[in-house]
Amino acid sequence: MDLYPAKRVEIIIESVMEGHLTEALVDAGVTGFTIVPVSGGSGRSGQWSGQGQVSRAGGMVMFVCLLRPDRLQTLLDSVFPVLDRHIGVLSVTDTYVLRAERF
Amino acid sequence: MDGILALAQQNLLSPIILSFVLGLAAALVRSDLNIPEAIAKGLSVYLLFAIGFKGGANVSSHGADLELALALLAGIILSAALPFVAYGLLRLLTRLSVVDAAAVAAHYGSISIVTFVAASTILDSQGIGYEGYMVAVAAAMEAPAILTALWLISRARPESRQQDSHLWREVMLNGSIILLVGAFVIGWITGEEGKRQIDPFITAPFHGLLCLFLLDMGLVAGRGLYKAQRVVSAGALVFGITMPLVSSLFGLLAGLALGLSLGGVTLLMVLAASASYIAVPAAMRVALPEANPAVYLTLSLCITFPFNLILGIPLYITAAELVMAG
Repeated sequence: MDLYPAKRVEIIIESVMEGHLTEALVDAGVTGFTIVPVSGGSGRSGQWSGQGQVSRAGGMVMFVCLLRPDRLQTLLDSVFPVLDRHIGVLSVTDTYVLRAERF
Repeated sequence: MDGILALAQQNLLSPIILSFVLGLAAALVRSDLNIPEAIAKGLSVYLLFAIGFKGGANVSSHGADLELALALLAGIILSAALPFVAYGLLRLLTRLSVVDAAAVAAHYGSISIVTFVAASTILDSQGIGYEGYMVAVAAAMEAPAILTALWLISRARPESRQQDSHLWREVMLNGSIILLVGAFVIGWITGEEGKRQIDPFITAPFHGLLCLFLLDMGLVAGRGLYKAQRVVSAGALVFGITMPLVSSLFGLLAGLALGLSLGGVTLLMVLAASASYIAVPAAMRVALPEANPAVYLTLSLCITFPFNLILGIPLYITAAELVMAG
């Protein structure tokens, strides 16, 4: 069983930007990603919790994308304008996947 | 004066306000009391559906074509105009930046549907009638304030970017608006016969479920209030209490000009006085991410909302009564 190198991109962003970011990823040709709700955390403005939020303004979501290394730059170019002015974190990690043709 | 005090006391000692105060107090003493999020969301869906449906059924039986159109127009104008007043007051009372002031102003032009539901429930309990179409006016007042805020920003900062479709989807198609307007239309179409069919569901449990919902809102507001001192200056605090009083006067004048009933005038005052903390904060995060959400959410949810609920509503009822009696 062979493993193939890939990039894992994690983007934590405000819930209200979920639609924007989804659009940017699709535009970059990234068709496989997972969106996970974030329950709380801590950042530059201190601790926060998603509990008891009455508006979507206070929530965050995390996108997890796996892709071929050569497609990383296209993704970054596409998502940067969405992330630029908003609260969020983007991180890229080297990883391995089992079925390279799917990414 | 005695009348105002009696009404305030009656309001303060009603189950819905006491439930809110319980939530507020529990949060302030840092109790672990908690309403599960799914239940809170379910309660809000129920309340929006019930209030929308009842409003639509009322319009169906009483009719309101021109009246409704004029009231909608007045609501839209109020919502678009009040942010200018709020912005001016904020620049006078606080040192907020143009962006923060515009974002806060948008919240005060828009409305709090929970305050509206609480006010209409209090009017019901006092036997004061009101126009069923006020629900539609509430829905119409959600969005225009956002346009004004964006205009204020674009005037101050011509380089600010154009907004895209996501913003308008966030504003116009948010779940609360769709549910409220949709239930109103269903109530309008099905009329009294439709209401009769689901009356045990939308009327009998309404007060009890509103109590639970306001308990949760008290918890949310109290938790925000706990942190408020770090983000809200004295000037902003004064704004959070003064602005609803000023706005309610505009609502009063508009209600009188429209020839609304006592309950209708009161509800228009409540709508003008209330500030959004659901739809507009989300829209502001999309449109003005530079604006500090802690400022606008704390002001609208933790200062103005409790003020309106506890003191504002009886004050607006009394003011409308005095003016309309005189």
